[in-house]
Amino acid sequence: MQNESIRAAGELNPLIPHPVEMVLALVFFAILFLLVKKFIVPAFEQAYSERTAAIEGGLAAAETKQAEADAKLAELEKQLADARHEAARIREEAREQGAAIVAEMREQAQAEATRIVEHGKTQIEAERQQAVTSLRAEVGTLATGLAGRIVGESLDDEERQRRVVDRFLAELEGAS
Amino acid sequence: MSALAMSAIPTEGFTPPGPGDFNLPPVGYTSETAPTFEFLGQTMYLGVTKPMLQLALSVVVIFAFFYYASRKRAMVPGKLQFVGESAYGFVRNGLGRDIIGSHDFMRFVPYLVALFFFILVNNYFGLIPGLQFPTFSRAGMAYALAALSWVVYNAVGIRKHGFAGYFKLQTVPGGVKGPVLALLVPLEFFSNILVRPVTLALRLFANMFAGHMLLILFALGGEYLLLHTSGFTPVAGVLSFVMFMMVCVLEMLVMALQAYVFVLLTSMYISGALADEH
Repeated sequence: MQNESIRAAGELNPLIPHPVEMVLALVFFAILFLLVKKFIVPAFEQAYSERTAAIEGGLAAAETKQAEADAKLAELEKQLADARHEAARIREEAREQGAAIVAEMREQAQAEATRIVEHGKTQIEAERQQAVTSLRAEVGTLATGLAGRIVGESLDDEERQRRVVDRFLAELEGAS
Repeated sequence: MSALAMSAIPTEGFTPPGPGDFNLPPVGYTSETAPTFEFLGQTMYLGVTKPMLQLALSVVVIFAFFYYASRKRAMVPGKLQFVGESAYGFVRNGLGRDIIGSHDFMRFVPYLVALFFFILVNNYFGLIPGLQFPTFSRAGMAYALAALSWVVYNAVGIRKHGFAGYFKLQTVPGGVKGPVLALLVPLEFFSNILVRPVTLALRLFANMFAGHMLLILFALGGEYLLLHTSGFTPVAGVLSFVMFMMVCVLEMLVMALQAYVFVLLTSMYISGALADEH
């Protein structure tokens, strides 16, 4: 029994290789190796490198775009700041101008008012002078007229005198 | 022959699985009618066996998968391409670039990729219904791949450092001087040149062999306990089937791990052979 078992194990030692299997393993592995080397590895490597290139290209493009956008933004911000500055300047200027105009206007109005008042005064003075002059002349005439009337009528009758004066005054009123 | 071996250890009518279960007769023959030949004191079947066909099948399966996965080369990968790229990238980057270094690894990528998936798929044949035979439980297959890796890493080293330079690199540890060298040089030679291919081959072969043996044992044992015994023992048969399933799950892990370790070590040997300093 023991002997038989040992003999059997000796006859079927699994460590002793089958020569055909060794050769076949190498042959089939060689076939697989060549197929992998010729088709699989180049295909995957190409896919890898294409992807790497695409990603790197994409990243570079994105970076360029980003830089461009940043530059644009800075420019716009600068423009905006300039515009704000300009607007503030214009506002300030306008305020100054307005103030100047108001002051000027006030001055002008003051001058005009003064002028008008002066003019009025002058005119009134002139008219007064004229009135005085004409009055003086008229008073003389009137006095002369009145005197003539009084003299022409008899001056002795006091009643008549009064009538003459009244009539004269009525005439005067009617004339005026 | 195998029938004789299987009946060699009879135990109460149950024939436990043995090495004979791995010595499958060629396709179209039974163990009695198959032609045989003698090799190294062993009687071997002459003809096309299942593991041989599995080798061919694995080449077809692997190439078909990767060919269709890599055919489109789309910038944004689809599902198949994504899986293919992930699998390829796992070996390319994880076992190639990270270990050999980004300078030299690219020329070894085809070898490492082919090797990893060749071993992986052939291992998983051990669990695929209908096949259920891990190809590398045949020692010769594992020997062949280990020998190839041995040739590759030694050739790479000799080509880079020259014959003497390479053996100095592999056998003389850096920073060691004096008579200790007399002790270390043979040891290093033994471990780096002689033992490496043996461990590489045996690790793969023994794991596959033992794993498959365990599966056969639980399957046949379960069947025997369930059908050919009475009393409470059929319950043990059910337990045996449960164990069978658990071992299947374990084997899934072991199969992937062995493919990984084999390629990882190959990669490390190549890396060591290319190194400038020990």
